[in-house]
Amino acid sequence: MSGSGLILAGVDGDRTWGLQDYVARGGYSALRKIISEKIPPETIIAELKASSLRGRGGAGFPTGLKWSFMPRSFPGAKYLACNSDEGEPGTFKDRDILRYNPHTVIEGMTIAAYAMGCERGYNYIHGEIFDVYERFEAALAEARAAGLLGQSILGSDFSFELFAHHGYGAYICGEETALLESIEGKKGQPRFKPPFPASYGLYGKPTTINNTETFASVPFIINMGGEAFLNLGKPNNGGTKLFSVSGHVNRPGNYEIAMGTPFAELLEMAGGMRGGRKLKAVIPGGSSAPVLPGNVMMDCTMDYDSISKAGSMLGSGAVIVMDETTCMVKALERLSYFYFEESCGQCTPCREGTGWLYRVVHRIENGLGRKEDLDLLNSVTGNIMGRTICALGDAASMPVQSFIKHFGSEFEYHIENKKCLVPPEVQYEGSQIYVRP
Amino acid sequence: MLSQESLQQIDREIAKYPPDQKQSAVMSALRIAQVEKGWLPKEVIEFVADYLGMPAIAAYEVASFYNMYDLEPVGRHKITVCTNLPCALSGGVHAADYLKEKLGIDFNETTPDGKFTLKEGECMGACGDAPVLLVNNHHMCSWMTKEKIDQILAELEDK
Repeated sequence: MSGSGLILAGVDGDRTWGLQDYVARGGYSALRKIISEKIPPETIIAELKASSLRGRGGAGFPTGLKWSFMPRSFPGAKYLACNSDEGEPGTFKDRDILRYNPHTVIEGMTIAAYAMGCERGYNYIHGEIFDVYERFEAALAEARAAGLLGQSILGSDFSFELFAHHGYGAYICGEETALLESIEGKKGQPRFKPPFPASYGLYGKPTTINNTETFASVPFIINMGGEAFLNLGKPNNGGTKLFSVSGHVNRPGNYEIAMGTPFAELLEMAGGMRGGRKLKAVIPGGSSAPVLPGNVMMDCTMDYDSISKAGSMLGSGAVIVMDETTCMVKALERLSYFYFEESCGQCTPCREGTGWLYRVVHRIENGLGRKEDLDLLNSVTGNIMGRTICALGDAASMPVQSFIKHFGSEFEYHIENKKCLVPPEVQYEGSQIYVRP
Repeated sequence: MLSQESLQQIDREIAKYPPDQKQSAVMSALRIAQVEKGWLPKEVIEFVADYLGMPAIAAYEVASFYNMYDLEPVGRHKITVCTNLPCALSGGVHAADYLKEKLGIDFNETTPDGKFTLKEGECMGACGDAPVLLVNNHHMCSWMTKEKIDQILAELEDK
């Protein structure tokens, strides 16, 4: 955890998560300003648009634009949801935000509720981080007791109720409509869109869903102004962002840096390559993002546009670093198993296709690959992509396509020689239990 | 069927949702029931469904969809280890191998004394802390080494 940037600035691990410390860091000043100056909701949304803040959960959709989709004059309840169901392999930033600075999420959601006229909100927290769920509940209690949440916030006529909802182990619930189904107490199976949540969301009412880090950025945007936030990053890629660096580096962890920072700098911050070994490949935006060869990645900057130009996605900002000891077939086999395991089973192409992808990569890895397997894999991905209700089908396919595209010769070697290009003992040595320095 | 304390906890969850949406509390209610019972037998799921005024099959759908619910008995301590790619690069598989060796069981098995069940987990959202273990669904252990695994097993042994 790095205490620089905006969201993690001045944060000192587990010691400073409480209300008092948050207020000492300038917390809740944005909410106070909005309420005391009676700032119109349109002004807040305009500020968000000016900031060029884009969704930090993976899709990168402009937040201000999303907020403007909510019907203003809807008679009845409108809802707000925070997506803290962080289960995309490689991503672990929302956990740190929630445990080290939970009030910034509460303040951001309260401002969002004010701007969109939502009376009630839920923060959907990933099942495996129960301690973080309890921490967030404690922060909610503090905010309620201080009059910052609940009825008549800060003595005004604005009320907003916010609750934590705990998941219980389903990657798919990070998909926004699956998340809504899950809050409703059902299986987390994504809904057809349209209708979009802004018109038919939680309990059938207009709902906006944003990622944890997106909400956490809102108070800073209100305080510094949209333009100043934008200028921290680069055009169309405003602000700072948390990057979760994992894999073969010396200091895995979260690093909050300006959008547009060179990847080489981020790698340096993460302590460089473990054991001084050579960089082989990077998945720059969570396991669903296409993998890129190390040399391509070294020329990228960390922002939506640069990574997209290189042929991948910034996604959630989860940077998985692999060195020369990595067998790319084995790496893909593990990811393919994940998507097979986590497919919700609703759409045939994904339910059946992810099984095919895993089984074929598995047989290549185990020396039973056939010459036609690479064509078969590409054909299966082609039959999944664009043919499912949600993006999990695409998410399962993109790793397969990109691993074959960039590391095809390694797959061919496996098929021909019935063994890994990287000797098993080298792989084993390279991925030892990592003891932090 | 459930203790007064569990029911009070479930009531607190129900209060988070609109009065006509009690079903929203089913995930928490099943979690609370599982903590008390150790796993979720059918009659407990049915009880939770009744308590929330929803069809038993709808509660069963939820219990069988989310992978942290145990629909079969598990050992007193369930240890889930993440072996997904980012964890595997930092020793997740080595940690799992060590646990298998120490406990003398494979994934999805329980030790003969009924103390430990070992599970392979999917991403827990803590890849920077790899290797990562989840003990009894709610307690995450970060940066596991062989020594730390020994220590945790020794502590759990007595509980």
